[in-house]
Amino acid sequence: MSSVTDQSDQVTLREGLRVLARAIRDEPAIFAVAVAGSAVYGVMTGLAAVVIGRITDDVIVPAFQQGQTTTSALALAALAIIAVSTLKAAGIVVRRYYAGVMQYRLQASYRRQVTRRYLGLPLSWHHQHPTGVLLSNANADVEASWYPIAPFPMAIGVFFMLAFAIVSMVLTDAALAAVGLLVFPAILLINLLYQRRLSPLATRAQALKGELSGIAHESFDGALVVKALGREADETARFGAAARELRDANVAVGRVRGAFDPVLEALPSFGVLAVLLVGSARIAAGTLDPGAVVSVAYLLMVVAFPVRAIGWVLGELPRAAVGWRRVERVLRVSGALPYGDAALPDATDPADVRVREVSFAYVDDRDVLHGLTLDVAPGRTVAVVGPTGSGKSSLAGLLVRLVDPRTGEVLVDGVDVRRLARGEVAESAALVFQQAFVFEDSVRENVALGRLVSDEEVWAALRLAQADRFVRALPDGLDAVIGERGATLSGGQRQRLALARALVRRPRLLIMDDATSAVDPEVERRILAGLRDAELPATVVVVAYRRATIILADDVVYIEHGRIVGRGTHDELMTSVDGYRNLLTAYERDAAERAALWADEDDDLLTGEEVAR
Amino acid sequence: MTATDTSSVGHGTDSAVETIRRGLSYSPEIRAGLGLTLVLALVATAGRVVVPIAVQQTVDRGLLNPAGPDLGFVRWMCLAAGIAVLVTAGCAYLMNVRLFRASESGLATLRTIAFRHVHDLSVLTQNTERRGSLVSRVTSDVDTLSQFVQWAGLLFVVSLGQLIVATVIMAVYSWQLTVLVWICFLPLFVLLRFFQRRVSAAYGVVRERVGEMLGAISESVVGAEVVRAYSIEDRTQQRIDAAVDRHRRAATHAQRLVAMSFSTGEVVAGVANATVVVVGVLLGLAGELTLGALLAFLFLVTLFVGPVQVGTEVLNEAQNAVAGWRRVLGVLDTPADVADPGTAGVALPRGPIEVRFEQVSYAYPDGPTVLHRVDAQIPPRSRIAIVGETGSGKTTFAKLLTRLMDPVEGVVLVDGVDLRQIRFASLRDRVVMVPQEGFLFDDTMAANVRYGRPGASDEEVRLALTELGLADWLDGLLMGLDTPVGQRGESLSAGERQLVALARAYLADPDLLVLDEATSAVDPATEVRLARALEGITRGRTAVTIAHRLSTAEAADEVFVFDDGRLVERGRHTELVGAGGVYARLHAAWTTQAR
Repeated sequence: MSSVTDQSDQVTLREGLRVLARAIRDEPAIFAVAVAGSAVYGVMTGLAAVVIGRITDDVIVPAFQQGQTTTSALALAALAIIAVSTLKAAGIVVRRYYAGVMQYRLQASYRRQVTRRYLGLPLSWHHQHPTGVLLSNANADVEASWYPIAPFPMAIGVFFMLAFAIVSMVLTDAALAAVGLLVFPAILLINLLYQRRLSPLATRAQALKGELSGIAHESFDGALVVKALGREADETARFGAAARELRDANVAVGRVRGAFDPVLEALPSFGVLAVLLVGSARIAAGTLDPGAVVSVAYLLMVVAFPVRAIGWVLGELPRAAVGWRRVERVLRVSGALPYGDAALPDATDPADVRVREVSFAYVDDRDVLHGLTLDVAPGRTVAVVGPTGSGKSSLAGLLVRLVDPRTGEVLVDGVDVRRLARGEVAESAALVFQQAFVFEDSVRENVALGRLVSDEEVWAALRLAQADRFVRALPDGLDAVIGERGATLSGGQRQRLALARALVRRPRLLIMDDATSAVDPEVERRILAGLRDAELPATVVVVAYRRATIILADDVVYIEHGRIVGRGTHDELMTSVDGYRNLLTAYERDAAERAALWADEDDDLLTGEEVAR
Repeated sequence: MTATDTSSVGHGTDSAVETIRRGLSYSPEIRAGLGLTLVLALVATAGRVVVPIAVQQTVDRGLLNPAGPDLGFVRWMCLAAGIAVLVTAGCAYLMNVRLFRASESGLATLRTIAFRHVHDLSVLTQNTERRGSLVSRVTSDVDTLSQFVQWAGLLFVVSLGQLIVATVIMAVYSWQLTVLVWICFLPLFVLLRFFQRRVSAAYGVVRERVGEMLGAISESVVGAEVVRAYSIEDRTQQRIDAAVDRHRRAATHAQRLVAMSFSTGEVVAGVANATVVVVGVLLGLAGELTLGALLAFLFLVTLFVGPVQVGTEVLNEAQNAVAGWRRVLGVLDTPADVADPGTAGVALPRGPIEVRFEQVSYAYPDGPTVLHRVDAQIPPRSRIAIVGETGSGKTTFAKLLTRLMDPVEGVVLVDGVDLRQIRFASLRDRVVMVPQEGFLFDDTMAANVRYGRPGASDEEVRLALTELGLADWLDGLLMGLDTPVGQRGESLSAGERQLVALARAYLADPDLLVLDEATSAVDPATEVRLARALEGITRGRTAVTIAHRLSTAEAADEVFVFDDGRLVERGRHTELVGAGGVYARLHAAWTTQAR
């Protein structure tokens, strides 16, 4: 398990501020609107206190002292209060709405950018990064990066409010202003302290939450194994320990929060009491009106709470900076898979494939293919056979340029596939994977994948892949949605759908990488017979173990440890290559040897049982 | 095979009060000491009116003293108020910590109970598509609750208290103004309730859009190879862009509602303040109100606005939290269909196992019957091969045999005892199944093999692999037993994962071993080697193998042939192959494939 407080996750304030700066650069107009709204809100918040103070001095106190007042004075007072609060409300609406607009626009923009990189980067890059990390870069990390944007305009508005408050206090009375000026820095300081204490704890709680979720995911995904081996109690203990750790982390967060919140609330209260003390003395000395005291006290009360917004932003910055770091790492990766501008002939006849001295490695200098050379003449069907891990799938991937060779070249119709323009290879060649990926979409879209093909063509491809029957049985036929939130298909059904996906494109080069491994033998036989009878105008490369598949090929390439050990017809290889013969006859030899041994064992068993009785 | 939605877990339909009551019963920690916490909360809340009262007292008795400002009084009063503020803060701190500790302890317990319960739900093993939602029951749903308590729960209680205390104090100063303030705020309650319903509907849409967006984005990662092979980058990007944009629009829409709902409180507060000033002055002129009381009132109104706004925002989160709680309880309410009889159950002694199926049927909830009245005997130490086409009921049979599911009708007897009455501890010790997909945990090779028998030493793990003929393979791995297998074992090939899964089951040393096409992804030569090793190992045990190749069936003591959910033929390979039935047909297909 990865350690929760990774050293590399420590970030500086500057890094966080840079994230904010980028947000402003990206969305300057919207930010300006949000800040304008926030400024109105800030000033009006301060003004509300001043208005109350003025009303106290000019309307309320005289009324009480003189025992009378005028309707116009009262009306004016009421109007002033309502006007200020309406403006303040308008400021809040603009501030909050545009802060949201900005936050969500940034999220969307960076999600698009990150996924654009995913789609552009070579698969070798994908192979080096765990799926979970890539998904979280595009989702959680993007979200975390722009989280502080929500309170950001308010925090800026608070500065306006503070400026207003300080100026109006100073104008009211210098001594009272001094008291207020002490309270604001104290609030800010406490806030900073608070966020500094809180953010590592909050980050840790967040990480533990992820860890707990990881355990639940893994445990539920492996439920069959957990149950089959009766490990529920151990799994619960594992989950329980993580849950308790998260509990302690949450309590630690709560402790800090629980300490600082009351302090932050008490500070302005003390400020108000101080103002009352100092104010009464000055009123007694005759140098101040009661209204001034009320105004400053009121100002302290209303300004104290919003000041925390600055803390909210600062508190979110570390998390944002970490998220941004991860997002940026993806955006910064150089080396999108380069394409050339060559095109393949717009022909319908089978492709010519040549593999020249190709070495290939997933990880540096651990070659899985060693200087492999292989020609497949147009229209031929070649079977690639070899033990598990011999490099068959790597070869299949190289043919359609899923990956590039470390040395050597792959030529289709005489052109190095690296020189072909984007989409050119896919236009002519189709690879069917063993692990069939299903898009969460209709059956039709899963087969067509955006291509303009008629329903007849889709049905024809499904028929050839022996998938038409089960598709017809789905409630909506071609329109039935499959995938996570749709109908569930079995492994064999997925494979047949993936095969139809390749066939509908009428490829000139068809590569099947153990693509019917989960299909029943009888169905596979029908698929292969159909493919043979269809007389596809295609060069076919098929990776297989099953002999029925292999004997359909014109010739067979036998691979071991990333090298071609033999090539020829099935019969030729059976006589000339030991490894091939051993692999292909494993079952028969087994059956034969077994037949010889079997009778003896059986006798033993019977004897054993008799003894037991 | 189409999965039915109805096989998912319950979501609960209790009322909010009922949900809270039942939720608390699962988390007794939350209740413990709640009395003291509430007392502290009361003090902390009451303390909030100290400052407005101090303002009133200062003005009325200090500044407007007929004999001139009474500075002595003001000093004493401010000191007393300062102490009260300190006490308030202290109480608030204690209350916070107590509340956090109690609620987090309770939620950790709730999570763990729910997690354990999920493992007893057959939905988990039958409906892989619904696993994600089960994970969120023990993670994000509980997190919602925890977050609610951390951020909002307290605020809610305090806000409510503040509203009540402010009302009481206001009423002491002037009942007329209090009534007016309430009249001003009442429409706000109604308005906010209206907004709130729309806000939660809007957030419902946002959540849906998030799901769609995540699905679209995952295509660019999980489906990267297909995207590249079919050069559908543009199409994929368009789908992602569209989903991302739909999410942005939904979130922005929700934000607009939130902003509007929040600011209405501001306007209402303005109206209330204006009313207080106008009516307060008039009341003062009529001799009904002092100047200090009126000023205190203006402060008290600010105490009113906050709670109403916070309260309504919190109410939203409260609804989410209660909904999350309800979903967790929904999981706990779903009966554990495959329940451990526990200590009340029977413990079987070790030794060769005999199994009998008597009229066993199985149907998925609200789904078609997939196994029809199966009668079968598996004698001790026998080797049974199960054959049939995809969907014929083979795996269902195996799952019933190992009690991963319970039959809808009929009974499965192990050594004459109903499977449902056997203690899990005893059953799982003796009966082990190796599923087709070798699931591995994100740990080392050794840890994964050891999963079959916790406490096994490295030597024992190595021995198990050696006995299966896998020593060479193990030595070929970069770090041997310490090789990390990656998430779900993805660093290994599908075939290698199956090898580890097999070793894991072997190390568990069961009396009945059930293999569900456990070696389907390895090459023929390796598979034959494994099959032989297994035969050696399973000698003296009962072994049931779902076969995907002929030789397994040929070698078995008896072959069970399934067709369309029925056990249609049984007997030795040699007998069945000549019988001209389903087996003969399967055999013919196999033969043309392999030979």
